[in-house]
Amino acid sequence: MTPAQSEFIKALQTLLPVNFLLTDEESLRPYECDGLSAYKQLPLVVALPGNQEEIISIIKLCQKFKIPVTTRGAGTGLSGGALPLENGLLLNLARLNKILDINPDDRTARVQPGVRNLAISEAVSGHGLYYAPDPSSQIACSIGGNVAENAGGVHSLKYGLTVHNILKLEIITAEGELLTIGSQALDSPGYDLLALMTGSEGLLGIITEITVKLLPKPELTQVLLVVFDDVINAGKAVSEIISAGIIPAGLELMDTLAIKAAEDFIHAGYPVDATAILLCEIDGNIPEVGDHTKKIHELCLQCGATEVRIAADEKEQKKLWAGRKAAFPAVGRLAPDYYCMDGTIPRRCLPEVLKRISEMAEEYDLPVANVFHAGDGNLHPLILYDANVTGQLEKTEQFGGRILELCVEVGGAITGEHGVGIEKIDQMCVQFQSLELSQFHAIKDACDEQGLLNPGKAVPTLHRCAELGAMHVHDGKLPHPELERF
Amino acid sequence: MILIAAGTKDITSKLANQVKQAYANGAVLNIRGSATKSFLANSDHDKNTAELITTREHQGIVNYEPGELVLTARSGTRLNDIQKILASKNQMLAFEPPAYGEQATLGGTIACALSGPRRPYTGSARDYVLGVHMINGRGEVMGFGGQVMKNVAGYDVSRLMTGAMGTLGLLLDISLKVLPAPETEKTLVQDLSPTDARKCMIKLARQYLPISAMSYTDRFLNIRLSGTQATVAASAEKIDGEFIHKHETFWHDIREQQHPFFKSDKALWRLSIPAASDWVDIETKLDGDCLIDWGGALVWLTSNETPEKVFAYAKTLGGHARLFRQGNSRSDSRIQPFSPGLLSWHKKIKHAFDPKGILNPGLMHKDV
Repeated sequence: MTPAQSEFIKALQTLLPVNFLLTDEESLRPYECDGLSAYKQLPLVVALPGNQEEIISIIKLCQKFKIPVTTRGAGTGLSGGALPLENGLLLNLARLNKILDINPDDRTARVQPGVRNLAISEAVSGHGLYYAPDPSSQIACSIGGNVAENAGGVHSLKYGLTVHNILKLEIITAEGELLTIGSQALDSPGYDLLALMTGSEGLLGIITEITVKLLPKPELTQVLLVVFDDVINAGKAVSEIISAGIIPAGLELMDTLAIKAAEDFIHAGYPVDATAILLCEIDGNIPEVGDHTKKIHELCLQCGATEVRIAADEKEQKKLWAGRKAAFPAVGRLAPDYYCMDGTIPRRCLPEVLKRISEMAEEYDLPVANVFHAGDGNLHPLILYDANVTGQLEKTEQFGGRILELCVEVGGAITGEHGVGIEKIDQMCVQFQSLELSQFHAIKDACDEQGLLNPGKAVPTLHRCAELGAMHVHDGKLPHPELERF
Repeated sequence: MILIAAGTKDITSKLANQVKQAYANGAVLNIRGSATKSFLANSDHDKNTAELITTREHQGIVNYEPGELVLTARSGTRLNDIQKILASKNQMLAFEPPAYGEQATLGGTIACALSGPRRPYTGSARDYVLGVHMINGRGEVMGFGGQVMKNVAGYDVSRLMTGAMGTLGLLLDISLKVLPAPETEKTLVQDLSPTDARKCMIKLARQYLPISAMSYTDRFLNIRLSGTQATVAASAEKIDGEFIHKHETFWHDIREQQHPFFKSDKALWRLSIPAASDWVDIETKLDGDCLIDWGGALVWLTSNETPEKVFAYAKTLGGHARLFRQGNSRSDSRIQPFSPGLLSWHKKIKHAFDPKGILNPGLMHKDV
């Protein structure tokens, strides 16, 4: 620890009670990573403030000592966005976990960032309302983290991402000023800073309060399981359903390996010999759900489905979903480690992308299970590997990187809902050109002049892209050719 | 199936060169599509000294894939043309954008981020923006977002551009999520006092119903239902009121401000407020007439009150006001004043995109 760092910690001790400031290695250890455990780093110090005033004081102190800050919610993020910085402060907002206000007539709730996603829906359930975005980690993940990552979930095709479901934020800027963005109304004057902040991965401000929109619960939900012996037909069925004017609440596709893993684990009654299954959830009022179920049944048979199962009751619906919801841990039982990717593609490219992923799987000799939010083109290939085998992690990361590059090549994106964090920082150089990256840096500089908020995440430096570009020369074309090479 | 319209024209390089020139010379540019929404510009924005840069010729639907629910079009494309091609595939722009003129372009629609009566139920203009190509204030052509539904790579510049009124960049093309058009729509009308109308709208919004618009004016509450035949029929039974004929015309007139309410010499104010706000006494508090839209979350007010008074009233309700059409009144600021912190962020973000302040300066806000 440098003398300046010790002085910083001494000053911090005057701001927070001793039990809310962690500095010894043993207490820092639980914070060394988020949901992406392949990357680990101990921070200089962990602070657990209890209110906005304490956060403001901490940030002002960080400014004074030029100490970088990484904000953390529940630490369930999958891209390393909350990975601590060696010389930095980890700001843990877990103590800000109160639901401040529920307004059923406005259909809004005002909550602190550490409130769990699912806790919001639970708290407003008595009013017949719920909060729509449901990332698979919703039982544990915090709403502050959801905003920072613009989290999605299985229902995002119909109900949108976090950005579509929030109205107002209170943030603390890099200078330690409290700023209200958005309003209780449906829009606000000036720039859409709410959209800018959502998904900004802790680089532009610290989110300290969120007003979320709530929706009335649908009258009825129905779940269909559709079996295909050809993934092309499954993809076709998805397009046909949407072209017929139906937006299902959820539309999930699983491939053979994912089906088998889920069935072995949870016994949901999935057909283990199927090439692909489609799980389709429809919600709405009673006649609407009836009409749509009938139509989807017909369309799937026309597209070559070998079997269509309609859940008889709520219990069976839960059972059908259970396999999908347990898909990640189920796949996790097949190998010591798995690596979850998060690319998005135009849906029509699904057969091509799956084919090329399976070719790459053979090339790298690593199995891949595919789970796909089919409605909105968000693919989650799970690469199975063993971190204890020397070189396998590196090989897996390289494979994962190539999958993301494939997503960009077919017109998609390197991340649909997990964020860039530290994990996909190199793929940002593939997704964007130097001009766009420079524009991102200009935005960052505008909001955080000293660059103290989560530096090194989400947006790569041009220098990093240049060095990486030198390693990936495609068709003799050097990416970012205007940059100097070292 | 991919649909591409004929007769398209790409003038990206011409537009980029014009911005580059202006950047080099420090000349101020006034970006214009078809000028159907130019009445929204701040009055002290001096159009006369600015050099015109027009996107009208930058036209064409670049890509439309009904099965993917995505449409990409150049900014000069007429909104009408886009809506026609969508309708041919039973799809629509779900934010029901007002055009305010036959010639309205997609670029102007997104730059102004206006949304129609459907907005509270299906989302706003920015909710449907998936990606943009744009030219910033240095004349640099850039792309953000894309043509996929979910994309969290980098800051959400596409949505930041939506509603920025061209002050951060010139929009070249925009990719939008589109939605299936409902099988049928019907409108119920009830004769209610303002107090009862407000209560009714709050009650209905808390239930799961296929409501796609709720508007109140002249003692009449109009409730539009959208969905399958069976859905609309079953839902209508749960709501009081009589079906109205020619309801498409009614909603068109609300959206396009052709309803008799909007024929007034007074200034037209737009107050965006929390859905359950108590707007019942607004006509006496602000001495004017009002039409309620968005189920109570939007108030159109014709009044000659001072801007200070209207802004203060909107603020007490937790919302904000905008002087939408000036009438005979004048105001330095057409939009609710920013807090000092917000103003500072606006200036800094403007500078990050347009360092010399040459793109529509002052058009949205006198200091930005």
